[in-house]
Amino acid sequence: MFDELLNSPLFGVGLTLGVYALAQKIYQRTGSVFFNPVALTIATLIAFLVLLRIPYETYALGGQYILFLLGPSVVALAVPLYTRRKEILARKAPILIGIAAGAVASVLSACGLAWLLGGSTEVILSLSPKSVTTPIAIGIVEKIGGLPPLTAALVVLTGCLGAICGPEFCRLIGIRDPAAMGLAVGTASHGIGTARMLEVDRLGGAVSGLAIGLNGMITALVLPFLILLFL
Amino acid sequence: MVRGMAILLLMQFLGEVISRGLSIPIPGNVLGMGLLLAALGLGWVKVQWLQDAAELLLSHLALFFVPAGVGVMVYFDLIAVEWLPILVAMVVSTFVVMAVTGWVAKLLDRGRAKDVR
Repeated sequence: MFDELLNSPLFGVGLTLGVYALAQKIYQRTGSVFFNPVALTIATLIAFLVLLRIPYETYALGGQYILFLLGPSVVALAVPLYTRRKEILARKAPILIGIAAGAVASVLSACGLAWLLGGSTEVILSLSPKSVTTPIAIGIVEKIGGLPPLTAALVVLTGCLGAICGPEFCRLIGIRDPAAMGLAVGTASHGIGTARMLEVDRLGGAVSGLAIGLNGMITALVLPFLILLFL
Repeated sequence: MVRGMAILLLMQFLGEVISRGLSIPIPGNVLGMGLLLAALGLGWVKVQWLQDAAELLLSHLALFFVPAGVGVMVYFDLIAVEWLPILVAMVVSTFVVMAVTGWVAKLLDRGRAKDVR
C-alpha cells in the first residue's frame, strides 16, 4: 500500500508544496536572502530523496504537475509588461542592446571558463544556455547536443544564484535604477531571478520578465554560432 | 480567475502550435507571451480578465522551477567529476552577465537622458 501511494502524483505534489510553504515561512522569518525559498526547497527535497533512497523518477510523477504551471506563468508575464508598456517602450534601445550584450557575454564567459578549466564537451554544451529560461535552454541543448536534464538543473541553479545575490550585486556595482537592475537580473537568471525582482520592484520585475523571453530568443539565434569557437 | 487561466492556457496552446508547426526554436510559452501581449494591445483581451490568474501564478513563479532543480540529483556523478569547471563557469558567468547587461543599459539610458535635455 505504501509503495502505491509513493508512486502516485500525490507524493511529489504534496511534498513539494509542503516543503515550499515551510521554506517561505523560514525566508519571511529570517529575512535573509540566503534562505531563498526555491534554493532551500530544492536542497531540502534532494536531501530527503537521497536519504530515503527514493529515485528522482518517483518524485517526478508528481513534480511534472508543478512544472506544468511554468508554461502559463511565462505567458502571464505579458500582464506586467502590458501594464508597464509606456515605461518600457521609452527605453527600448537600452533594453534590447543590454539584453543582447548580456546574452553574448553569457555564452562566451560560461563556455570560455568551462573550457579553460578542462570541462568536457558535454558539460560545456550543457552549460552554454545556463542563463536562458528552462524550456528554451532545453530546446537549444537538444539541437547542439548536450545533456538536456543537466542543462535544466544548471539553469535552475543559475536562477537561484541570481535570485539570492542579484539585486545586492547590482547595487554593489552601481546599478540602482530598477529597470536596469531588472534587466540585469532577468538576463542573467531568467524566471527565478524575476520572481525575486517582482518582490524588489514592480517595474524591475516587468523588465526582468521581458528579459527572459528576449534573452531566450537572442541566445537561440546566436549560440549555435558562438559555440563553434570552443569546439 | 477561471477565465484568466483559460486565456493563458489558450495563448500557450496557440504558441505551441506556431512553435511546432513552423519548427521555430522558440518555445510555445514564450510565443504565447508575445501573442497575449499583442491581444492586450489590440484590445481583444482586457487586462482585468487576467489580473487574478496572472497574480496567482507570478507570485509563485519560483515554485514551478523546483522539480527541474531537484533533477540535479540525477547528475551527481557527473558533477562530482567536473564540479570545478561547472561551479566556476556558472557562478562567475552569472555575475559577468549581470554586470555587462546592467552597465550597457545604464550607459545607453544615460545617453538618452542627455539627448532629451
